[in-house]
Amino acid sequence: MFENFNILIAGIGGQGIITLTRVLAMSGLLQGYDVKTSELHGLSQRGGSVETHIRFGKKIYSPLIKQDSADLIISLEIKEGLSAAFYSDKSRTSFLINDFSQTTPASKLKSSNQETINTLQKTAKKVIILPATKIAIQEVKNPTLAGMLLLSYASFAKLIPIKPKIMLQAITNAIPSSYLPINQKVFNFAKSLHGIY
Amino acid sequence: MLGNEAIVRGALEGAVQFITTYPGTPTSEIGDAFVKIAPQKNIYFEYSINEKVALETAAGASLSGLKSLVAMKNFGLNVASDFLIPLVYTGVSEALVVIVGDDPGCTSSGQSEQDSRAFSYLARIPTLEPTTPQECKDFVKLAFEISEKFQIPVMVKLTTRAALQSGIVKLDRFNWHRHNGKFIKNPHQFVILPPQVLEMKKGLLLKIGKIKQEISARPNLNKVFIQSRTNILKKLGIITSGVSFLYSQEALQELKLNIPILKLDFFYPLSQTKIKKFIQNLDKVLIVEELEPYLEKEISVIAKNTNPNLEILGKKQIPLIGELNTDKVISAIAQLADQKWTPLLSTAIISRRTPQFCPGCPYWFIFQAVKKAVDVKKVIFGGEIGCSMLAGFKPIEILDYLYCMGSSISVACGIKKSTNQKVISFIGDSSFFHSGIPALINSAYNQSNPLIIILDNQTTAMTGHQPHPGIKKLGQSMPIIKIENIVKACGIENLKIIDPIKIDEMISTIKDFLNKPRTSVIIARRACIKIK
Repeated sequence: MFENFNILIAGIGGQGIITLTRVLAMSGLLQGYDVKTSELHGLSQRGGSVETHIRFGKKIYSPLIKQDSADLIISLEIKEGLSAAFYSDKSRTSFLINDFSQTTPASKLKSSNQETINTLQKTAKKVIILPATKIAIQEVKNPTLAGMLLLSYASFAKLIPIKPKIMLQAITNAIPSSYLPINQKVFNFAKSLHGIY
Repeated sequence: MLGNEAIVRGALEGAVQFITTYPGTPTSEIGDAFVKIAPQKNIYFEYSINEKVALETAAGASLSGLKSLVAMKNFGLNVASDFLIPLVYTGVSEALVVIVGDDPGCTSSGQSEQDSRAFSYLARIPTLEPTTPQECKDFVKLAFEISEKFQIPVMVKLTTRAALQSGIVKLDRFNWHRHNGKFIKNPHQFVILPPQVLEMKKGLLLKIGKIKQEISARPNLNKVFIQSRTNILKKLGIITSGVSFLYSQEALQELKLNIPILKLDFFYPLSQTKIKKFIQNLDKVLIVEELEPYLEKEISVIAKNTNPNLEILGKKQIPLIGELNTDKVISAIAQLADQKWTPLLSTAIISRRTPQFCPGCPYWFIFQAVKKAVDVKKVIFGGEIGCSMLAGFKPIEILDYLYCMGSSISVACGIKKSTNQKVISFIGDSSFFHSGIPALINSAYNQSNPLIIILDNQTTAMTGHQPHPGIKKLGQSMPIIKIENIVKACGIENLKIIDPIKIDEMISTIKDFLNKPRTSVIIARRACIKIK
């Protein structure tokens, strides 16, 4: 049993990060952990950088993860991973990155995606890159499900201490019924990816 | 449960019957929950047009004997404060709880990094600071109890990390109450005329004294926490409140130190007895608080009499700007305990993506038209709170000033009266109802001539699509109040309603209206793309 397990989700407003955070919190509860999360709303949701924190453990105090102490960082966009690297640690952190990048007119970042990934590899224990947006469009015609795919993959690949069965239950509890079938479909698809990436 | 959801639950457990709000991050979800619950449970809920109106309406219910709650963001309290201060003087007939959300670090609010605890002093309103979602629930319930017992409004002050933190909450049972209110005439209590207002002030001071005694006597409030019974560093102490308590606990765990923490649940009035008892035998104390050093100042005064040799650490160790976190508190506690602590060097490249209009947002068209219609270097552009403020960010980056709701119009009038420059003020539909209307009337009456573009996307978009008086609510029959009718009623003749995707019409109208000698208004009307 770990002392506490820290997950950070980074991405851009509109990518469904709040929903993912709630599914993860529910899964932690079902698994029997103390759970704390922290999210942001309003201005930051309008296409800006969004980061949410989810913490599991026996007893969690702060809703925020300390610097260099994330166990898993899920980045829904390649370059958003860079700011999330503030929380990564060479001996501790796994990075699960969506192979998707969105340039904005406001973006000052000049580095290429490959350079970004190389940088992240220096700061983390493990970096896994998955074309989640592409798969989500192929499988359910909805790019917003990319996050669900990554989360489900994390469960099958044992990147988080949540059993797939519990994760599926959490999805069922936390997702509105009209969106449930496509979420379940993505969850099942994630199982087939395990071992490929 | 999210902190905001726990607030709602606490209010229900406290038997709330009347709720008002104006949406604002980080407290918008409180109204969003009540709007769903209220019709099922036969309690009254409204989105009011601004926070002052919301507080006044809730107070009306409270004066009529109904338990009431009003929720707003920090800047909303500024708007409501004109009414709040005399209300605390008169007191209330039945409980009234005011929920206010601050945003240290300005994650969602750029207006200022306001610490609303200043209003606790200014209005002398009892104030609780919850730490966790569990406390959000429990403190709201307690606020109802204190408010009812002492017939005084009580404030529950949140921060983003309390309101938008989720955690496990143990629930209590509750029963639905619904009864009709009755306003019992008592001009001596509710009419604030001189000289009786001074009598009221005297009464208020007495009340605050009694509340201070009550909260000092309660063993469950303002408690001392120790990590374990062994190895206690008895000469050191930490005093904290709100979410800073969590960072302090986490920091102690990280540093493997056992230092007693006094957690202050009530910011106002402070329990001097408990603070005295805590500091009397200490050598050093660290005050961990976000933003302003209010606790630090209070505790310095108490220490002067109780323990003059006490070394007080506070804002020298903990930043005055920005949100706190465990890392910042660790380095402060390390200084308290004379421990060596090397802060981690950040290896990350911090690059924040600034927010912008959603893809397909009708506002893109409006600003495109403006840029084509005028020489942006020559015209002054006034911004407003709400989605339209995103025009201040790249790629549009057009705003020359941006302050608070309603100000885009009045500042424009001042500029127009002082210069020969042309001014365009942008204001959203919800902001227009919130506080744009008095500014518009002033502009028309005092014969100023800015061009006002009302960006009417038919909703309060930024905070999550709450309604406003200009749109029809699903399944409800109340009449809508058309923005154009308000504009016409001000005698403004230069008025056009344009669908912003008709860019050519927008461009020609902007050019035409900018040369008018009187106030002119374009209502750029197209619904937010996110409305389902």
